[in-house]
Amino acid sequence: MAAAISGCATLPTGFLKPGEGYLEKRSLQSRQYDTTDEKQILTAVAGVLQDLGFTLDDSESELGLVSASKKADATHGGQIAAAVMLDILGALGGASPNATAQCDKHQIVKASVITKPGLDGKKTVVRLTLQRIVWNMNNQVSRVETINEPQIYQKFFDGLSKSIFLEAQQI
Amino acid sequence: MKKRYRFFALLLILALMASGCATTANKAFVTEESQVQLRSIQTRAFDTTDKKKMMQNVISTMQDLDFVIDKADFTLGSVTGNKYLGNAVITMSVTVRPRGEKQLLVRANAQYGTTSIEDAATYQDFFTALEKSIFLTAQQID
Repeated sequence: MAAAISGCATLPTGFLKPGEGYLEKRSLQSRQYDTTDEKQILTAVAGVLQDLGFTLDDSESELGLVSASKKADATHGGQIAAAVMLDILGALGGASPNATAQCDKHQIVKASVITKPGLDGKKTVVRLTLQRIVWNMNNQVSRVETINEPQIYQKFFDGLSKSIFLEAQQI
Repeated sequence: MKKRYRFFALLLILALMASGCATTANKAFVTEESQVQLRSIQTRAFDTTDKKKMMQNVISTMQDLDFVIDKADFTLGSVTGNKYLGNAVITMSVTVRPRGEKQLLVRANAQYGTTSIEDAATYQDFFTALEKSIFLTAQQID
């Protein structure tokens, strides 16, 4: 995997500069909760990650960090159908594009959650960041990317609100 | 005949041993810049002793730069994260430690794929973003 990823020769510059729209990303990835009990929030975060089928990789309660990952299926009906079509067309034309082998097979999603006190001192800010690595049918890494879909983040935070409630009720 | 086999076996073992000696491990310890220069490129001092706040700022700056935080340790003052750029992985670790009574030293080191970043401007970008983040916190703007 490392070899597949490190194939690039020239080093880009400027990748440690905040990109455009980093503030929007920050608000997409963060929510505030009306409590100063960071430990309670962290416990709830660990709970909701487990609810979503993640296994916890690392945590640091002093700084408010939980990182977790999950292996999941990445097959996509539409993609496979298109690839099969392409293969058939290729075969008819005498070529073998083997597009189905390039289809997504499975993925590892990595989640990292940071909690920190809000600026007014009465709230706790929770920020979630997500990445995924996708493998194709040949078991090669086909791409690595940051996940930016708002509905995925929303789903996590909905779960977190419920989890905080459940923890408070000792369920 | 038997002796000859033994000879070949010995030769084979010697060949294996010789190729084992030519290790590529030393490749992992090669740096372009001198140790002193590298430290000055990667390190900045800040006039604060609030390690926790500094580490929280390091983390949020890294998150603003699209990094996903993998590990952090308050006692050691270390934060490690990675980000994906195209098909490449950028790994960065940042350490925060006290310098004298009144300052904190922040050191960042980043890798792009299998290449260590030793470019001063790239680290300057990170520290500029970090400065801005600390300023934001001081000014109570989120």
